[in-house]
Amino acid sequence: MARAATTADAFNAVAEPRRRQILDAVAGGELPVNDIVALLGLGQPQVSKHLRVLREVGAVEVRSEGRQRIYRLNGEALKPIHDWVKDYERTWTKQFERLDEVLEDLKPKEQGDGRDDSQR
Amino acid sequence: MDAMTHSGKAEVTLPTDDQIKVVREFDAPANLVYRAVTEPELVKRWWGARRGAMTVVEIDLRVGGKWRYVMDASNGEEVGFHGEFREIVPNERIVQTEAYEGIPDPDDSANVNTMTLVEVDGRTTMEVLIQCVNKESRDMQIASGMEEGMQESYDELEDVAKSLA
Repeated sequence: MARAATTADAFNAVAEPRRRQILDAVAGGELPVNDIVALLGLGQPQVSKHLRVLREVGAVEVRSEGRQRIYRLNGEALKPIHDWVKDYERTWTKQFERLDEVLEDLKPKEQGDGRDDSQR
Repeated sequence: MDAMTHSGKAEVTLPTDDQIKVVREFDAPANLVYRAVTEPELVKRWWGARRGAMTVVEIDLRVGGKWRYVMDASNGEEVGFHGEFREIVPNERIVQTEAYEGIPDPDDSANVNTMTLVEVDGRTTMEVLIQCVNKESRDMQIASGMEEGMQESYDELEDVAKSLA
């Protein structure tokens, strides 16, 4: 698993769950790095690594205020790629909603099979 | 952040450059989910939601057995998928290849899909790990999802846009 390749393209930047979490967080407004660390409950080095990946693809921008590094979302750069994965996700969601219906139909039948034995 | 509230949505992540992982929880025991993904007449009822009505569903559920799905896409074109079962653990796990017949030499760029079912308290989490032949194939498959998504309602697109506002 450790040697699994993940290039730093915008595509992967958005798809990684932790980075999505960061993007969700800064989507609500600018955040100092310490707040992001606290929100994620990860170590500072890991968070910095994720932030670097996001910065490299332009998904977040950073500015310094005194000693603070403050991050904000660059939604412009991100939206097409975000939509890409989201739309793919939506096709699966739609498909699985149909599967939900099939499962609802199967449930009573399965219960019925068990209970109807005495009537046969 | 609020992942727990999204149990109704499929969650798609890209664990590596050439993989797609889809996770979804179902309010049903694993044996029913397993039936719904392996019995042709049941598969017919839901799988096609991705593109259109299904015209062919053939499943030879044994290791080495073949499967094939064909559906009528909304534009009248037929879209076919086929593959072979590599591993079968009833109610728990299926490993199968998946080739998309809409491209040249489909078998050369077939995915290897691993589906696992984990039941907890009568609810079942399905995980599908799609191993693509390379990053290009992976990205193309996701891009095809985008095309479908674009045909859907703007209400849903609006939600995505709002989440980035």
